[in-house]
Amino acid sequence: MNTKEFDVIIIGGGITGAGTQRDCAMRGLRTLLIERSDIATGATGRNHGLLHSGARYAVNDPESAAECIRENKILRQIAAQCIEPTDGLFITLPEDDPDYQKVFVEACRRAGIDAEVIDPALARRLEPSVNPALTGAVRVPDGSVDPFRLCAANMLDAKLHGGQVRLQTEVTGFIREGDTVRGVHTRNIRTGQEEDFYAPVTVNACGIWGQHIARLAGVEIGMFPSKGALLIFAHRINNMVINRCRKPSNADILVPGDTVCVIGTTSTRIPFEECDRVAVTPGEVDLLITEGAKLSPALFSTRILRAYAGVRPLVSADDDPSGRNISRGIVCLDHESRDGLRGFITITGGKLMTYRLMAEMATDTVCHKLGVDKSCSTAVTPLPGLEEPASEKGALICECENVTAGKVAHAIDQLEVSTLTDLRRRTRVGMGTCQGGLCACRAADRLAQANACAERERNDLADFMQERWKGNFPIGWGDMLREAEYTQWVYKHVLGL
Amino acid sequence: MRFDSVIIGGGLAGLTAGISLQEEGRSTAIVSTGQNALHFFSGCFESLQEPPQRMQDLFAGAGVRLHYREGVRLMPLGTFRPAALALADIDLVPVPHFADKVLIVGFAGFQDFFPAFLADGLAREGMQCRTVQLELPELERLRLSPSEMRSVQIARTLDRIWGKVIREVKHLLREEDAVVLPQVFGLQDPSVPEYIRQGLPVRVVFTGTLPPSVPGIRTQLLLKRRYEALGGTYLAGDEVVTAHIHGDVVHGIATRNLDSHCLEAGHFLLASGSYFSKGLKSTPFDIAEPVFGLDVVHADDRNAWYDTDFFADQPYMQFGVKTDTALHPLRDGQPLTNLYAIGSVLGATRPEFGFGAGLAVRSAFAAVDQILESL
Repeated sequence: MNTKEFDVIIIGGGITGAGTQRDCAMRGLRTLLIERSDIATGATGRNHGLLHSGARYAVNDPESAAECIRENKILRQIAAQCIEPTDGLFITLPEDDPDYQKVFVEACRRAGIDAEVIDPALARRLEPSVNPALTGAVRVPDGSVDPFRLCAANMLDAKLHGGQVRLQTEVTGFIREGDTVRGVHTRNIRTGQEEDFYAPVTVNACGIWGQHIARLAGVEIGMFPSKGALLIFAHRINNMVINRCRKPSNADILVPGDTVCVIGTTSTRIPFEECDRVAVTPGEVDLLITEGAKLSPALFSTRILRAYAGVRPLVSADDDPSGRNISRGIVCLDHESRDGLRGFITITGGKLMTYRLMAEMATDTVCHKLGVDKSCSTAVTPLPGLEEPASEKGALICECENVTAGKVAHAIDQLEVSTLTDLRRRTRVGMGTCQGGLCACRAADRLAQANACAERERNDLADFMQERWKGNFPIGWGDMLREAEYTQWVYKHVLGL
Repeated sequence: MRFDSVIIGGGLAGLTAGISLQEEGRSTAIVSTGQNALHFFSGCFESLQEPPQRMQDLFAGAGVRLHYREGVRLMPLGTFRPAALALADIDLVPVPHFADKVLIVGFAGFQDFFPAFLADGLAREGMQCRTVQLELPELERLRLSPSEMRSVQIARTLDRIWGKVIREVKHLLREEDAVVLPQVFGLQDPSVPEYIRQGLPVRVVFTGTLPPSVPGIRTQLLLKRRYEALGGTYLAGDEVVTAHIHGDVVHGIATRNLDSHCLEAGHFLLASGSYFSKGLKSTPFDIAEPVFGLDVVHADDRNAWYDTDFFADQPYMQFGVKTDTALHPLRDGQPLTNLYAIGSVLGATRPEFGFGAGLAVRSAFAAVDQILESL
């Protein structure tokens, strides 16, 4: 027996894959997680970072609402280090239907969500940044969650339970024996090295990219990529999540997180070819600001840090290829019963909030196939903390986000970092107001030393600055343009990149 | 208060104009917010070829030494760029292979100098490299504070103990025939880089750091000192709040600190820089010049302001105030006849003056000539 054999292979290093690996590993399975790029690169890292109470779905999708509030309560217990229990407001504005609040509150109660109607004056005292024109307010148990930390904590716990992880590794095909998937062919993106891995069950947890993976295995899933655009503001103007109390629409959630806040989102169907390079348009930016300022007028005068977009993995619920009947709920497909393909399951749909439940459903299916009789314990077992080492004496790499050289060194040594973007996800380097203007080259020099390859690192630095610019130019005016001018001048004429 | 000329902006363009006018006996004032592009000056006048004599004279008068030599310079990330005219402590070497063996010396805890990239760049040109980090106890106090280990603070300390740096580097030298050091020398005293060169038995190449730029800030200090020695009035940390315009003539400007006292003059020079220095101001819908409300050459569609490639020439950097042939800016299509726009507030609308430091100096001289002729 060699190390290329596992009980289960999980494809996809987002929150669903990481959660599934953790659950499988905790049930005693030998697991391997394979990720084409880095952890949390897809929709996991490109959303509001909202710990939904479920209230948003209460009226239209009671099942999702009930799932959300259950998982909300669980995550507060098991992932306290990734969560800030801010609470949320659903506000009614003069142009909104005044009768909706009643419908909304009743639906919340039916779903088990603690929704309390409060006086608008009290809402303004609780959340001074809220639009003072509000005519109604409901308080719900929303919060914020750091999806990068949550994903990393799941992966770390999986590792502590013996799980193995291959990042920068692409699945190029499936090893099949008749109607059974026996394993996967892979290729390392950087080195080009090809390797095969074997397991009796493979889990497809690739979000929107799951359609492609399923196709590699010879089965079809009807997925519909839906782009959601968001803006990050450079200041935390609200302390509570602010939502609109109306039928869910564009730009009606403002979420505080650490020192920033995020407004979103939009919903636009895009072709599959665009999933790897989604960009925010100036029109979407204008819409987000205009609508967002209705939640909190201060948004108009607050500096925007970045525009970004994620792709929701919406799935056609009834295999209807037209996409008329799209679900935002969890979809767990056993391809043996569905397509006659053994040893392969797909877990998709769902949301960040319900990742743990998705992982449980996928793991239950895996265990059933393997004949393993162990129940899920992820809902009652806290995730490990992410250790941060004592910082190196006096040296700050990233002043905006207070990242020390010690933290960077720890990430490079321990957390599987090969690019600046990997480093950003683990340490927040380059996420602050300077958007990498100062810290990126400092961190790059560290990576060049650690990897002993400055040439590759120079390209990596150029890629990183390009990637930062992608989120900056859609909001390129005012102080953002001043910062961009400075950064572009410095990198070109002073540093000579 | 009345002057012959009032200059808005205390960067390279404003100081060049101010010194030139003072040298000709004109009374001037400079209003400076304090931020200008000299703080991230590479030390190189990229768009200038052989320097005009008057530029050499002006800089020499201020104690800023320049040198002119066609060659290349080593950039902070290890690449080489062609260069010809630069501050004297920026090394211009004839070919990238400037030595056989190179010692790269950093300072422990100083993150804004990039030895790994430099070593790679030099190795690629066939040079053997060794990197060392000097641990000087004199820098210990800076090292204890996470944000103080920056070029300017280090330079302030090293200006006192440059002799020790020479001794330490000498000890470290083995067979190397060149030393690469960060540009953290000579913040106040422009001679320090030269002392280091003379004190070491091998070629010394000073290489840039992340901003703030020590050579840039030194240049700013020396030019400002020269300007004030010539009798110029430098109003630091102030900004223009309103301009008084009658017809096509600017009569005066009011600043925040001077309150109701208006600065009046026969001529005004707008050297307020581009976006960074707030000479140009952008909103989602417009790009404007905030002091006089001048016409700005720019694209109306925001989509056309940017190139999606970070490293491409950015359209927004080309935008600038619209001027007539005499550098008089236009306001509602009409030139303001005693106002001149100089430096990067012009963007790339006057390519004949070059860009960056070259644009600042050449457009300043062009405006000064007209002011001197007009009286």
